[in-house]
Amino acid sequence: MSSEKPTMIEFKDVHKYYGDYHALRGINATIKAGEFFSLLGPSGCGKTTLLRTIAGFEGISSGVVLIDGKDVAGIRPNHRPTNMVFQSYAIFPHLTVEQNVGFGLRKDPRSKEDKARAVDEALAMVGLAGYGKRAAHALSGGQRQRVALARALILKPKVLLLDEPLSALDKKLRENMQVELIKLQRQVGITFILVTHDQEEALVMSDRIAVMFEGQIAQLDSPEALYRLPKTRAVANFIGTMNFLPAKILSEAGGIAEIEAAGLGRMALNVEKQVTGAVSPGGATVGFRPETATLLFDTQEATDRESMATVEEVVYYGDMTYYDVKLDGTAEPMRVSMRNVFGRPVLDIGTRTRVGWSPGALVLFR
Amino acid sequence: MSERQVRSRFWGSEAFSGLALISPTALYAILLLAAPLATTLLYSVFTDGYLVVIPHFQLCNYIGECRSQLADGTPSPDTYLGAWSDPITQALMLRSLNVSMLVTAMTVLLAYPVAYFVSFNVDASRKSLWLFLITIPFWTSYVIRVFMWNVMMSRTGVINSVLEGMGIISEPLQMVFTIQAMVVTLAHAYAPFAILPIFVALEKIDRSLLEAGQDLGETRFTTFLRVTLPLSMTGVIASVLIVFIPTIGDYVTPNLIGGGKIPMIANIIEKQMLKADNRPLGSAIAVSAMLVVGLISVLFLFLNRRYLKGQK
Amino acid sequence: MKIPTLRIYTIAYLIFLYTPIVILPIFAFNNSTAVAFPLQGFTTEWFYNIAHDDVLFRALQNSLIVSSISSVLSATLGTFAARASTRYKFPGSGPLMGLIMLPMVLPDMITAMALLVVLLSIGIKLSLVTIILGHVLICTPFSVAILTSAFQSLDKSLEEAACDLGEGPVSTFMLVILPLVMPGIISALLISFTISLDEFIVTNFLGSGEPLLSTFIYGQLRFPKYVPNIMALGTVLVGVSIILLTLAEFFRRRGIAKTGSKDTGGFL
Repeated sequence: MSSEKPTMIEFKDVHKYYGDYHALRGINATIKAGEFFSLLGPSGCGKTTLLRTIAGFEGISSGVVLIDGKDVAGIRPNHRPTNMVFQSYAIFPHLTVEQNVGFGLRKDPRSKEDKARAVDEALAMVGLAGYGKRAAHALSGGQRQRVALARALILKPKVLLLDEPLSALDKKLRENMQVELIKLQRQVGITFILVTHDQEEALVMSDRIAVMFEGQIAQLDSPEALYRLPKTRAVANFIGTMNFLPAKILSEAGGIAEIEAAGLGRMALNVEKQVTGAVSPGGATVGFRPETATLLFDTQEATDRESMATVEEVVYYGDMTYYDVKLDGTAEPMRVSMRNVFGRPVLDIGTRTRVGWSPGALVLFR
Repeated sequence: MSERQVRSRFWGSEAFSGLALISPTALYAILLLAAPLATTLLYSVFTDGYLVVIPHFQLCNYIGECRSQLADGTPSPDTYLGAWSDPITQALMLRSLNVSMLVTAMTVLLAYPVAYFVSFNVDASRKSLWLFLITIPFWTSYVIRVFMWNVMMSRTGVINSVLEGMGIISEPLQMVFTIQAMVVTLAHAYAPFAILPIFVALEKIDRSLLEAGQDLGETRFTTFLRVTLPLSMTGVIASVLIVFIPTIGDYVTPNLIGGGKIPMIANIIEKQMLKADNRPLGSAIAVSAMLVVGLISVLFLFLNRRYLKGQK
Repeated sequence: MKIPTLRIYTIAYLIFLYTPIVILPIFAFNNSTAVAFPLQGFTTEWFYNIAHDDVLFRALQNSLIVSSISSVLSATLGTFAARASTRYKFPGSGPLMGLIMLPMVLPDMITAMALLVVLLSIGIKLSLVTIILGHVLICTPFSVAILTSAFQSLDKSLEEAACDLGEGPVSTFMLVILPLVMPGIISALLISFTISLDEFIVTNFLGSGEPLLSTFIYGQLRFPKYVPNIMALGTVLVGVSIILLTLAEFFRRRGIAKTGSKDTGGFL
């Protein structure tokens, strides 16, 4: 569905240097109108810098940034059709909530009454109706963030930029705000670009995610594609957890790759759906997610294939138990996650167990 | 990148904005402070003429004997000794250093417990009130404060009249016109200067470090010696310098408390510059005083370098 | 450890700090030219004297002129320097700031003499203007110190937010930055005014003999019969200083309350 939408932002070979430091190394990407887009990566990967090049707070050293088809080089932030929600929220402490939200309307030609109505509407939209007269510095973290949202959205920008807006909130509040932000984005229908280092947050909220490492986009895909078929081991590890085993490609023909993996044995994989990435120097690796394997109990039959293993570590999470198990014939333990359904025991360290798995859930990194 | 691009980048750059913004203040300081200090340095190696300074290089304002030029351009028959050769200047310099060091030691030692008390024993919400109380006397006229010490310590003054009234002494004590009186007066004048830097350093200490010290088997006192004191040394060092450097050049106290009978280096600089109209010699004494103070400060910093490592 | 040794010590230290300015008003109302106990009786004669002293009146006038101009200039120059050093990175910022702050530690005598020698050698006549030049030099570092902390507590993203919401550099400064640092500016003005009013060495050497408060007081001290007058004048000055400082502290705290930031205490 997103493929029909027009392009809102386009990066063409964008580079950014801070002195000798190469912060952005050839960014190429397009962000579509009305999309909830996330820039995800560890701190220092350049995601915030990239966001700030859209807002206009950072110039670029080479390349082109297009917003709605227009090259924005040299256009100051106050003349761009974007608005930002800052990490610290940047609520003006000397103004009331109302004055904060209406800050950007100073040059708006509308009448005072119309502006006041717009402010009230914006406050109602973020769930702060009636808070207008309060002093800004007396607000809680969650309320500040709502004011920041209202202040940006009231200007009806084409793009809303969110710089780690939820990182200062506690876990419960953060989860609530995630849902509210998604609803808000659907309601206003404009492009949201979110910067975050929290992979879960990105997966939950985004239509598409650009995973960034060291100033480059490592992969740009939908959350599901990123999780199912990560292009590199780095991406696979950053988004969720993945177990890796050394593997050998025996043959490859007709879209089917015949491989042999340590501890798992021989199997055939679908090249289009399961094989990924450029050739890596360390040899091929297969990976699987912890939840795609199962520890089989005495009475259970494997749905597909099974291997023998020893339990090395047990981590109990309440609803889940994570087991680190060592497959026979391998060096490193693999993580397997099991839902703690009623009646299922938690195994002890040292238990011998069968591990059920399916070749269809594996990913091969060449 | 073309030259034009480079240039346009500089005009719009952070460096340019910063320099442009600071330029009024910086120009003021360069014209009215740096240039005069440089002139003083130059004058100190020039020759003294009649009401003028003759740009003729010589070092005798520092070492050896010097001759001024008379109004007709001929050398004066009388000679004078350079700053480092003149026993009187030497003695004044030593006295100034002596007074300064005594004042510094007294001020900093007396100030530390006060700063410690305010930082560690005062409730967070009342700290600024205490600091405010400590700084108030500092902002009242310096001349009046010095004069008050004179009034209090004079032969017929407050302290003597109280002590005599209580029958503790029968003869009034001689307090004014002594170095001790000057030290007390200066220690009083510079008290807040000593307290504030130490307070700031103490405030920065993470309180859990002190708990860690005690957790690791130290008593409160040994924790103070091994944790608090070393961590607050940056403040102590700042206090020492901020008291030591200006007191060397104090002018009012020697005049009002010393009664002009115990001059310090500032008084002789004034005398040479104005009354004797020997600006090269006055400049040489001023430069020497700054050199001595600078050297002692650098030496002091060097001796305490281990406390300054890893800190700004 | 039941005896609060430190507290007692600190209070004793405060008594040491306050003794001179507490003694001052006591003898300002004492009916004797000798400043000694026992007190001789209550009088307002000394206050009457200073209220009718023409030279003092002129000194007061001169001092007010000098201190007002000096404080406005040094708060302005301080604003430039504090803003530049907290907001921008630029080559030479360390040495330039060091030079600007130098008068804070440099003995006043050396500052005054160096400036005096240059002014005389380029033929500038000493006047109130030359005193102001010197006072601005002395007061600016204190303004910079106060304003630096005011600018430092300013979140950079507030400026960016204003820009993002459509304001240019000038309107951003007027609408956001200035209101937030205004308490700092007012407190810098008051502190500079107080320092300028009290400054003696620069006033003495860069002046033309025209009386200012501090030099007037210094001159009177040579005559024992004027001592009680000076006590009365000192009492008034201390009172004014305390009022100005309380105002400065009030504005500083209001600034902190306004921005909701933490109180780090103290002026410096």
